[in-house]
Amino acid sequence: MSINKIEKKVLSGKRLLPEDALALFQSDDIFTVGRVANLISEIRNGKNAYFIQNHHINPTNICVNRCKFCAFSRSKGEKGAYELSIKEIVKKLGTKAQRHKGTEGFSEVHIVGGLHPDRQFDFYIEMLEQIKKRFPQMHVKAFTAVEIDYFSRLSGLSLADTLIELKNAGLDSMPGGGAEIFDARVRNSICPEKISGTRWLQIMEAAHNAGIKTNATMLYGHLETYRHRVGHMLKLRELQDRTGGFQAFIPLAFHPMNTELSRKAKGKRQKAKPGLMGSGFKPDPTRGTSGIDDLKTIAIARLFLDNFQHIKAYWVMLGEKIAQLALMFGADDLDGTIIEEKITHSAGALSGSALTRSQLINLIEKAGKVPVERDSFYRPVKG
Amino acid sequence: MKRLSRKEALTLLKSADLLGLGAIADKVRRKLHPEGVVTFIIDRNINYTNVCINKCKFCAFYRDEDSPEAYVLGNRKLFNKIKETIALGGTQILIQGGLHPELGIEYYVDLLKSIKSRFPVHVHGFSPPEVCYMADKAGRSIKQTLETLKEAGLDSIPGGGAEILSDRIREQISPKKIGKDRWLEVMEQAHRIGMKTTATMMFGSIETPEDIIEHLDAIRRLQDKTGGFTAFIPWSFQPLNTELGVKSEELRVKKRQRNFKLQNSRTLNSELHTATAADYLRVLALSRIYLDNVPNLQASWVTQGLKPAQVALRFGANDFGSTMIEENVVAAAGVKYRVSIEDITGAIRSAGFKPAQRDMYYNIIKKRR
Repeated sequence: MSINKIEKKVLSGKRLLPEDALALFQSDDIFTVGRVANLISEIRNGKNAYFIQNHHINPTNICVNRCKFCAFSRSKGEKGAYELSIKEIVKKLGTKAQRHKGTEGFSEVHIVGGLHPDRQFDFYIEMLEQIKKRFPQMHVKAFTAVEIDYFSRLSGLSLADTLIELKNAGLDSMPGGGAEIFDARVRNSICPEKISGTRWLQIMEAAHNAGIKTNATMLYGHLETYRHRVGHMLKLRELQDRTGGFQAFIPLAFHPMNTELSRKAKGKRQKAKPGLMGSGFKPDPTRGTSGIDDLKTIAIARLFLDNFQHIKAYWVMLGEKIAQLALMFGADDLDGTIIEEKITHSAGALSGSALTRSQLINLIEKAGKVPVERDSFYRPVKG
Repeated sequence: MKRLSRKEALTLLKSADLLGLGAIADKVRRKLHPEGVVTFIIDRNINYTNVCINKCKFCAFYRDEDSPEAYVLGNRKLFNKIKETIALGGTQILIQGGLHPELGIEYYVDLLKSIKSRFPVHVHGFSPPEVCYMADKAGRSIKQTLETLKEAGLDSIPGGGAEILSDRIREQISPKKIGKDRWLEVMEQAHRIGMKTTATMMFGSIETPEDIIEHLDAIRRLQDKTGGFTAFIPWSFQPLNTELGVKSEELRVKKRQRNFKLQNSRTLNSELHTATAADYLRVLALSRIYLDNVPNLQASWVTQGLKPAQVALRFGANDFGSTMIEENVVAAAGVKYRVSIEDITGAIRSAGFKPAQRDMYYNIIKKRR
């Protein structure tokens, strides 16, 4: 179908077929795709572009999974491996909260970490309880589906019971990580140890059914084709039709190890991760996404995922420049100030490790949008 | 295609929808360069000295003559740098430095002759402020100076030192640097004696949209007269380690204290913040549309990074500039996107274009896979 026909279809409120989305990916006309995506975004969210003041904590980088695209994880005992105790986690949050005293402060903490071989389910329950005890107002967004699956195996509880226990201990919502790409063959090449796409979706459905809102991600720009991207988004759209539990979709551009930064770190990383180079999956700098592809993917997500309220341009992954441009291509959220982010930066992301509130506001305004500081459920926070 | 008036350009710069502007610039680019090729040049920036009496407020590179970090590059180092450049497939060196009070025209003539007698390399060198300084010190006219340099081996002149061609702004950000008229005069004289040059623009400091239009218009007018500009290269001010960057930081605090609201978000006056990617693409796209007589437009990956530079290829740019085997001036302002030739060709390809190595005249030397 031609791009103009697809445009008409979108504007008449009809749902795009996977073929339509594929045609958009194959189209060279980024201006039309972007313009229509922006229009749809404005119909859904006005000129609002959301951001949040949040804090990331990665309790440990020790992980039994060791995905091949991940530069963050370590094995136990390996150089650079670390683990934070609950006390340390609470203390870290306290220091950050202190810095924000007198303002609304950061209202959300985002906690994801490795699958630690020794820690029991009780550790995570206690971590949530301790955080909530010390910071009752703070929204705790934590644990990807991969971690939830691991907890369920650790505890011997059903998915539903695992989630309910976590929720009762203080879990408010879940991020969308670990989705990667659902296609089994590609997934098997990039992260064979990780839960399957079907399992990821099952966990998200269970979370939604337990009343826990989540996000959804897609890691693209590695070995997948456009068809795989569309297939991935289709699965998300179907689940969202059933549960309505997804808040935002976040396309994540794969970071190949290019640029000077990573080349510097390369020797170190090769030593630290002997599995990487021996595998069939070799990150190739020329395989990384282009800025044009990043913007197109945002725009197509906005058009195809007609039941998602928010499309997030995660600036840590995209870089603040592409993330800003994404606001004109259908995205309505830049995520947050993100104090302390480790996972993407271990893979050599060139973005700074934090943006100030004023920098975020400037990026949004220069994109012609209205900055809205939000809480974890996209309610405006009084400035 | 009809030519854009200044007034129309100003309106577009201030209020056009960015995607709409990009779509027009993309069409213009396609018309001028229908082959889908994006060119680049393999060259090296060699800065023969960092001593400069101009001390521009946006510059993080210059040093005083008595600074422990002051240097003048010796011949051995210079020749080695050129050898390395040629070994990497380079065809050109860009020689620029500061206005060093101890270096006279003889120094430059010797420099050029010593290079040209040893290496088959294109020398792109000495921006207008340097040329004027040489002329003034030697008591010669600009034309005489250029002829001397050309005879000694200078091939073409880089478009640096243009900053913003608006004296109102130059008085504030580079009060000791040559004014708009002299910059244009050097370029005109160079074109007249058969030398090609480029033109640059540094925006995103304290200029207004009107100043940007004044700049573009000056370039277009001169190009109508001479046709000597091969390319236009806009890039955005990088504030770190510069006097101006620090000042605007102070200004930002002050404005906040007075409860100043971020109102004029759509104007380009960046007293509060330097240019964002959206500002950059806006200026780039408008440049493509306004400068209908300048054949090539460069994307500045050095200041923007590779991904935004790829996007720039759809907002009017058709060239990726230099591979920058060495770059010191922007790096001094804290921005370092060092990349390899493979990174450049890979970026061009994944943006949907065919990479090709070119010379200074935009002749294609080698198609790249």
